[in-house]
Amino acid sequence: MITGGLLRWAPRLTLALLILPVAAGLLGTLIPAFANDANGFHALLDWPGLRPAALLSLTTGVSATAMSLAITLVLVASLWGTRFFGLIQHVLAPLLSVPHAAAALGLAFLIAPSGWIVRLLSPWATGWEQPPDLLILNDPYGLSLTLGLVTKEVPFLFLMALAALPQTDGARRMNVAQSLGAGRIAAFVISVLPSLYRQLRLPVYAVLAYSMTAVEMAMILGPTRPNTLSAQVVIWMADPTLRFQATAAAGAVLQLGLVVLALAGWRGLERLARRGMVSLARAGLRAHALDAIARSLAIGAGTVTAGALGLGLAGLATWSVAGLWSFPAALPDTLTLTTWARAAPDLARTGALTLGIAVTATTLSLALVLACLEAEHRYALSPDARSLWVLYLPLLVPQVAFLPGLQFAALRSGIEGHWLAVAAAHLVFVLPYVFLSLAPSWRAWDTRLSVAGLSLGATPARVFWRLRLPVLLRPVLTAAAVGMAVSVGQYLPTLLIGGGRVETVTTEAVALSSGGNRRLIGTYALLQMLLPAAGFALALLVPAWLFRNRRGMAVTA
Amino acid sequence: MTGTLQLNGLRITTGSRLVVNLTRQVAPGDVLTIMGPSGSGKSTALAAMMGTLAPAFRAEGQILLAGRDITTLPPHKRGVGLLFQDDVLFPHLSVGDNLAFALPPSVKGRAARRAAIDAALDQADLSGFAPRDPATLSGGQRARVALMRTLLARPCALLLDEPFSRLDASLRVQIRNFVVSRIRTEGLPAILVTHDAEDAHAAGGHVVTPLGEAVTL
Repeated sequence: MITGGLLRWAPRLTLALLILPVAAGLLGTLIPAFANDANGFHALLDWPGLRPAALLSLTTGVSATAMSLAITLVLVASLWGTRFFGLIQHVLAPLLSVPHAAAALGLAFLIAPSGWIVRLLSPWATGWEQPPDLLILNDPYGLSLTLGLVTKEVPFLFLMALAALPQTDGARRMNVAQSLGAGRIAAFVISVLPSLYRQLRLPVYAVLAYSMTAVEMAMILGPTRPNTLSAQVVIWMADPTLRFQATAAAGAVLQLGLVVLALAGWRGLERLARRGMVSLARAGLRAHALDAIARSLAIGAGTVTAGALGLGLAGLATWSVAGLWSFPAALPDTLTLTTWARAAPDLARTGALTLGIAVTATTLSLALVLACLEAEHRYALSPDARSLWVLYLPLLVPQVAFLPGLQFAALRSGIEGHWLAVAAAHLVFVLPYVFLSLAPSWRAWDTRLSVAGLSLGATPARVFWRLRLPVLLRPVLTAAAVGMAVSVGQYLPTLLIGGGRVETVTTEAVALSSGGNRRLIGTYALLQMLLPAAGFALALLVPAWLFRNRRGMAVTA
Repeated sequence: MTGTLQLNGLRITTGSRLVVNLTRQVAPGDVLTIMGPSGSGKSTALAAMMGTLAPAFRAEGQILLAGRDITTLPPHKRGVGLLFQDDVLFPHLSVGDNLAFALPPSVKGRAARRAAIDAALDQADLSGFAPRDPATLSGGQRARVALMRTLLARPCALLLDEPFSRLDASLRVQIRNFVVSRIRTEGLPAILVTHDAEDAHAAGGHVVTPLGEAVTL
C-alpha cells in the first residue's frame, strides 16, 4: 500500500539507491588500486598490452558512438515523416530488446570466415572450399567490435530520438526552414538538431561510456592480443589465484579516467559543432544536393544495421537446429532438435534463474518508479536536471569501474553468489531504463481523469489503483518489458556479484562463445533473445485482451 | 444532505494580479453562473472550490458547504461534484462500472449497488446501457452518463465547467435542461462556468464575473 508519508520519500530513496552503489563501488575500486604503494598501478604499467588496450577502448568507443549518432541523425533527418520511417521504427524497436551478447554472437556467425556471408559467396565468387584463414572476428583494430556496437546502439539512439522529437516542434520548424529555401538536411541541421541534440545528449554520453567499456561484446567480437582494457580488467578479476585484484582495480581506475577524458573531449566537439552550425545558418546553408545522398545513405545504413542484426539472429536460430552443416553450404544439410533436447535441462535451469532475477529486479524497479512518479504528481514536485543526471549515473559510470568495488563489498558481507544480490545489482541498471520508458506516458496522463475521480469522492490511492494504473497499463507493462530485457542482458553484474556461481543465459552464452560449439551457442543466444521478446509480446497482448471491448483504450499512435 | 454553498471573500491572486474575488451564497437548487472570456479566472475559481488550485495561485477567504468549512480539505473529502467540458468518462470501465466507481461504499451488497446503477441509467433514458463501452456512446449519451456518475457520488454541491460547450446546438438545449432539472430535483447548490449567455440564461440564477461584478444578460 502506498501511503502519503512514505510516498513523499520515494524520489529521495530512489536517487539514493542509484547513487550509493555507484559511489560505494567506485570507492571499493579506488582503495585496492592505490593500496600498498599503488602496486596495482605498477603492475598495470608493466603490462605490455596497456597502450594498445587503452587506445582500443578509445578508438572503438568513440568511433562506434560517432557512427551510431551519425546514422541515427541521418535516418531522422532524411526519412522522418516518410513511409519508410514507420517501417524502420517497427524494425528497430524490437532490435533494442536483443541483449548485447546475443547481438554479438549473431554478428559473429554472420561475419566469421565460416559465417553466412562467406558461405553465400563461396565457392563461386571466392573460390574457397575451406573457411579462409582470415582474422575477421576479433580483428586487432576492433572493427568487428565497432560494427557490433553500432548495430546495438543505433536502435537505442533512434528510439531516444523518436521520444525526443515531439518536444522539438520539429515538423513545423522543418516546414518553415524548407519554405525559406533550405534543403531537407539543411533544414534539419539548422532548425531541429540543436533542440533534438539537447535531449539526446545524455543518451549519447551513455552510449559513449558503454561503447568504450563493453565487456561481453569485446569478449565475443573484440581483439584478443591484447584485449580491450575493460575485457582485460574482467579477465584479471576472474583469475582464481586472486593475484591480479590490484592490477584489475588499477585498470578499472584507468578505464574510468579514459571515459571521463573521452566525455570531456566529446563536450569540446559539441561546442565546435554548435559554432559550426551557427555559421552554416548565417551562411544561408541550402545544400539541396545533400538530400539525395543523405537519403540513400540513411536507407543503406538503416538496412545494414537492421539487416546485420536480423540476419545474425536468424543465423543463431539456424545453427541451433542444424544437423550436419558443412562449408560452404548456405543452409544445413539436415535439421534436428537434438541440440535443444540435449541442452533442455540446462536451458530450463538457467532460463528460470534468469527470469527470477529479471522479475525481481523489474518488480522492485517498477514499484519505485511508480512511487516516484506518483509522488511527483501528488506533491507537485518538479524534478530538476540534477535528478536526470543521477538517473543516468549508472549508465555513465562504466560498469567495469564500480562493479569490482561492489563485488568486493558483496564478498565481504557474504552475499556474493546469491541470486538476490545479483537481482539487487541489476536493479541499479534496470531502474533508470524503467523510469525513462514510463515517465513520458505517466506524465502525459490527462489529469482531468484524476480530478474526476477525486470529485467523485475517491481517495488519491483509489484514483491511483483503479484509474491511473489500469488506464496506463500498456506503458507500465512496456516499461516492465524494457526492465526485463535490460536485466536479462546484464553480463558483468551477474558475473561479478554472482561470483561466477549465478549462471544466467547471458553469462552462459558469453562463456560458451569461446568454445566454438555453434549449435549450443545458438540455443543459449536464442533463449537470451526470446525471454525479452516474450516480455514485449505480453506487454502488447495483455492490455489488448483486457481492453478488447474498450475502444477508448486502443493504441492511437 | 444539501445546504448552502457560501463563498466568503474568496480572493485568488497570481503574482500581483487579482483573478477571482467572490462573496456569494448559492442556495440548494440554485445555479450561480460565473461568466467571462477565457483566461478571466473562471476555471481558477472552480479549481479553488474543487481543491485543485495550482501552486502558482494564492487563495484567501473561506468556502463553506452546508455549514462545513471545506477551504483546506483535500478534493476527495469536499463533497463537491464536477462536470467537465468533456464527459471524462473512464475509458477502461464499462458504463455501469463508471457509475459504480462513483457509488459510495455505504451502498452495500452487489444487488443494491446494481439496483442504484440501473435506477440512475433509467433516469437518464439509458436503460440497459450498463455493460456498454463508453466509447461506443453518442455525445449526448456520454454527457448524461457523466452527469449521473457525478450525482451518484451524492455530492453536496455541483460545479459545471462549461459542460455544454462541446455539444451541438440541438443536443445542447436538451442536455442543459436535463442538468438544470436534476439540480432542482436533487436540491444541489451549483456553480456554472460559461462564456455563453444562453447557458447563463437557461441556468436561471445570478450571473457574475470572476471578480464578482454582476452581469446583466
